[in-house]
Amino acid sequence: MVKLRGAIKVDEERCKGCGICVTACPFSVIALQKIEVNNKGYNFAYMANAEACTGCTSCATVCPDSCIEVYRVKISD
Amino acid sequence: METTDIIKPENLVYKKPALLKDVAMHYCPGCSHSTVHKIICEVIEEMGAEEYAIGVAPVGCAVFAYNYIDVDMIEAAHGRAPAVATAIKRLQPDKLVFTYQGDGDMAAIGTCEAIHAANRAENIAMIFINNAIYGMTGGQMAPTTLLGQKTATTPYGRRVDLNGYPLAISPLIAQLDGSCYVTRQSVHTPAAVRKAKAAIRKAFENSMAGKGTSLVEIVATCNSGWKLSPVEANKWMEENMFTKYPLGDLKNV
Amino acid sequence: MNDKVKLMKGNEALAISAIRYGCDGYFGYPITPQSEVLETLEAEMPWETTGMVVLQAESELAAINMVYGGAACGKAVFTSSSSPGVSLMQEGISYLAASELPALVVNVMRGGPGLGTIQPSQSDYFQATKGGGHGDYHCIVLAPWSVQEMADFVWLGWDLAFKYRNPAMILADGVVGQMMEKVIIPEQRPRRTEDQIRQQCPWALNGRKGHRKQNIISSLELDSHQMEKNNLRFQQTYAAIEANEVRYQAIDCDDADYLIVAFGSMARVSLKVKELAAEQGIKVGLIRPITLWPFPYEAISNAAKNAKGILVVELSAGQMIEDVKLAVECQKPVEHYGRFGGIVPTPEEVFEAFKQKLIK
Repeated sequence: MVKLRGAIKVDEERCKGCGICVTACPFSVIALQKIEVNNKGYNFAYMANAEACTGCTSCATVCPDSCIEVYRVKISD
Repeated sequence: METTDIIKPENLVYKKPALLKDVAMHYCPGCSHSTVHKIICEVIEEMGAEEYAIGVAPVGCAVFAYNYIDVDMIEAAHGRAPAVATAIKRLQPDKLVFTYQGDGDMAAIGTCEAIHAANRAENIAMIFINNAIYGMTGGQMAPTTLLGQKTATTPYGRRVDLNGYPLAISPLIAQLDGSCYVTRQSVHTPAAVRKAKAAIRKAFENSMAGKGTSLVEIVATCNSGWKLSPVEANKWMEENMFTKYPLGDLKNV
Repeated sequence: MNDKVKLMKGNEALAISAIRYGCDGYFGYPITPQSEVLETLEAEMPWETTGMVVLQAESELAAINMVYGGAACGKAVFTSSSSPGVSLMQEGISYLAASELPALVVNVMRGGPGLGTIQPSQSDYFQATKGGGHGDYHCIVLAPWSVQEMADFVWLGWDLAFKYRNPAMILADGVVGQMMEKVIIPEQRPRRTEDQIRQQCPWALNGRKGHRKQNIISSLELDSHQMEKNNLRFQQTYAAIEANEVRYQAIDCDDADYLIVAFGSMARVSLKVKELAAEQGIKVGLIRPITLWPFPYEAISNAAKNAKGILVVELSAGQMIEDVKLAVECQKPVEHYGRFGGIVPTPEEVFEAFKQKLIK
């Protein structure tokens, strides 16, 4: 069986912490930083639950500021 | 498998379109404008149209669209984008010409130009961002503001007796013989973004095919103006805006 | 007789001349007394011959913004209207100037203010020469006094507009637009190709062919320091225009005892006044400003040196007279005679006024 594993790279300085990616992610991979902020003072998005990412691109698709890159690999069992 | 093993160039499946410039956009966090700018860039890239695309920016929050969308662009006077686009397309029929307008630009000061451009079947695509409020000037009522909706100029909610009814632009344009494609879309979910992108692609292709005027209305949020968080604004839009401005194609000929 | 000589209305000659120039597009809205411009263009169907676009817009607002869009593509485009319509266009003209776009605007003036009258007037002088719209800007303003100049100034107007990247205006009055005269219109010139436009107007919107840098046409600049720099650049352009492009006609001014300053149709009337004066042994010189902006201050100042007095004749309550007073720095008596509301005075009437005001 082929399993998809994904990962995202967030442009932390471009991210405005709007949280739309957080709700869009079907696997609750993404969260906003609680304390850490970028230079503009936003709590930027990060992969809080990296193991669950399938690289589906939902987060990047809705991201208003185009700050998410998505990577995906196929893993065969 | 570690994340660092996955994040490699050969595994890249989604990135910012190259036509969207690297500068940070001035829009508020979660603003729909940013998302629509992105998909416009994606469509132009996918069509290979960067060498012949010309955009017309409005007055409103998107006045600086040309700072982000890396094709030839002009900043029109408030509401006149369809007139400006008319001339650009008539004088250069081989170009892809689109306007990008908000609800002040198209539903208030420039309704006349939008209707007449569509009625003349100008071969342009008009992107219409309807977030039911004037964002740039500080959250005043738009013609599209919903009844009861609070804005800076309807602090107790929009009232029919004082402010009249919310104006639905897309049905107006759809009834004109010169329009070929009128659709309402949104960009609040991944599926909505994909549909909106397909709609913009169709509108742009119509411009090149000479089929007449296309209007893509994006029912959008202005979370700052609505005084909600971006995520709450999306929810409010679904619950309130979509009733008055239901999504889907109004015309496709 | 030369078969190139035609009998035409000023408005018609202007329209035909525009086609011959190789104009790319006209956008306009009918208004008396200039509707013949659009009518002539539609009848000529230049889209079948030169490929020129002719479009009846939904309003003057749309028309001037179509001109703005067309000019931004480096195209030779124009619009025409009359006073109330030109008032509506002022925002767009300000945008053209601020975006440094070459374009041609024709105002065949009628009497105002308000809806006014459809009869001739020259009461848009202030509007045309002192700005009209918002902000510090100038249009190059050409004032034809004949049907021939209605034709010629279309070419001159575009040439100057492209030379300086600045809008030019033909400020005609209803008389010049409506009257018929002999006219010779230049031969047809081809419209420029896209390659020629790319070369001549590297700033124009025509797509990023060959991955050229993005072109942006915008008058918006929120950084005040940069906006001031932009304004200083505009002022440099205006200074260059003032230095190079002043045009006027001086008739018998050298040994004149009195001067008449008038433009457009009133210069024609004043030419006759000059004859009437000569019959009575009074030496009158006529100065006819051809460019109302830049204004021929120096020429008037020089001509006035030996004059006893100056009469400014206008179809207005007195607008150009302010520039004439500036030209002579109040060192000579400057009087005004004007009719307005659409009345055009006879030469005899003007001559009587001349005698009353200056000879007494």
